[in-house]
Amino acid sequence: MAAIDEIAIPVRRSGRLSRIWATARRYPIFPMAVLVLVLALPGIFAPVITDTWLQDPLEGRVTERLMPPVWQEGGSWDHPLGTDKVGYDIASRVIHGARVSLIVAGVSILTGGFVGTTLGLIAGYYGGWVDHIIMRLVDIKLSIQAVLLALVLVGVLGPGFHTVIIVIALVLWVRYARLVRGETLSLKNQDFVAKARVAGASSGRIIVRHIFPNVVNTIIVLATLEVGQVILLEAGLSFLGVGIPRPTPAWGLMVADGRDLIVRAWWVAFFPGMAILMTVLSMNLLGDWLRDKLDPKLRNV
Amino acid sequence: MQRYIIVRGFHALITLFAISIIIFALTRATGDPTDVMLPPEATIDEVERLRDYWRLDDPLHVQYLIYIGNVFTGNLGESVKWPGKTAGELILQRMPATIKLTVVAMIVSVSLALPLGILTAVKKDTMWDVGGKIFALLGQAVPNFWLGIMMVWILAVHWDLFPTSGKGDGGWDGIHHLILPAFALGAFNLAAGLRLSRSAMLDVLDSEYVKMARVKGLPEWIIIWKHCLRNAALIPLTYFGIQFAGLITGSVITETVFAYPGVGLLAIEAIRSRDFQVVQSVVVVFAFIYVVVALLVDVLYAYLDPRIRLT
Repeated sequence: MAAIDEIAIPVRRSGRLSRIWATARRYPIFPMAVLVLVLALPGIFAPVITDTWLQDPLEGRVTERLMPPVWQEGGSWDHPLGTDKVGYDIASRVIHGARVSLIVAGVSILTGGFVGTTLGLIAGYYGGWVDHIIMRLVDIKLSIQAVLLALVLVGVLGPGFHTVIIVIALVLWVRYARLVRGETLSLKNQDFVAKARVAGASSGRIIVRHIFPNVVNTIIVLATLEVGQVILLEAGLSFLGVGIPRPTPAWGLMVADGRDLIVRAWWVAFFPGMAILMTVLSMNLLGDWLRDKLDPKLRNV
Repeated sequence: MQRYIIVRGFHALITLFAISIIIFALTRATGDPTDVMLPPEATIDEVERLRDYWRLDDPLHVQYLIYIGNVFTGNLGESVKWPGKTAGELILQRMPATIKLTVVAMIVSVSLALPLGILTAVKKDTMWDVGGKIFALLGQAVPNFWLGIMMVWILAVHWDLFPTSGKGDGGWDGIHHLILPAFALGAFNLAAGLRLSRSAMLDVLDSEYVKMARVKGLPEWIIIWKHCLRNAALIPLTYFGIQFAGLITGSVITETVFAYPGVGLLAIEAIRSRDFQVVQSVVVVFAFIYVVVALLVDVLYAYLDPRIRLT
């Protein structure tokens, strides 16, 4: 038997590249660093930066329209990443855009996560017709795609922060509901739940004090994995004009503004898009890492 | 099997019914529905026509029956932005372009994801593999509208390899116009499919029967082509089946970037001029397509994999 194994498995030498890769995966210093740089720091210090150096993200200077980034001819340190067609400062708006993305992602994930987790706990614990109804709701939600939902809700409620957050929360709750329901189904048949019940705990108490703590890790991992997708979704909706309304500095909107200018002024669309790419990339890496640490069985979710 | 199809079909019907109620309720929920369904500059005549068409002065349950009847007979209302056209006509006219784009995007992503995933698995821990991983990570993080714009900028404007927008005149020109949008639309699935087929292939390469084949002394290429490929392809193909309907969302964005005249662009043009009856019709039609495709995929799986039927 041992002989077969020795023959059968070719020994692979791991090169330096893959060792670097492996280290990078184990300690997500790189994604953390990028994340802090692109998202957290500017998000927190945005007002300070615009007070002391860059112009306000909502101040357009007519005389300084379509200025290129500082390293190109005609650029200046007043506008390190150039300006757009209204004279908005791109750098200032990219920095403030981080705030917009953070707020939308945070609020919608909290809302969707709360609703989904609650419904998932209820569906999994009580089962029967309650479970049936909640799972049908999941089916119904799945058949209405996010962008279509946004189109209808923008038509009815009008564009704005609240509409974007409602749309994204409506998209998100489904995954929490399914995942938490599955976990609850397996947890509720375990000994500690039976013992709690024998000890006289009510259903509500069992759910909140005994089952919920056991699914918290799963929820945290899922939430982290979703931040990147939520930022992409919000940017996509804003790009289409059914997300954050003008003139708020949202990354998706800025890319939309730059679309028709791409030949004359590439920087208008390029930098906000890069900000999205970097943020989502590092959020995804961070989420993968957290999942492997806290909850490896989520690998296929 | 029959029982399974009937139950799934019944669920699909409930879903469609619920969607119709949701959209109906949303348009009637906020005061006067004509405020939602018509642009603010609509004339009194147009308002009256709309009231007549959807019977807005009747009680709600009558309105709903009228609404459902109209939806099922394909009378989805009249467009305001394109006078004289019904929403149904507009959608039918644009549908072939969208289907073409979606199918080509699917073909692009499947035909690249599978071979690349298998290549990176076979050449694990080499430059190929690291490159594949980086490509997959970028592909899942890049906003597809931005990718589209960057491709237009570099490939269409700078190098003049592709047209920047539109759908061309059919034949070769049509295909030429499709390449960039299809790639932008398929990029996310390409990256996800690459990751999936890589890990599926790694699992298969690690299985007992592959070890056995190696012990027998079979050449590596026979092991990969004859023993691994079919088993490894199943998981990514399942993923693509599920994702097909999801491409609808992407098509709205991609069509907007490339000014590609499909149903997605129709919806965006309609919402910009507050032509709500067209918007509402697009949503109903897309949801219907999704439900039907999901039903077909489920039935197909049940047919292929008997374990599903029994649960």
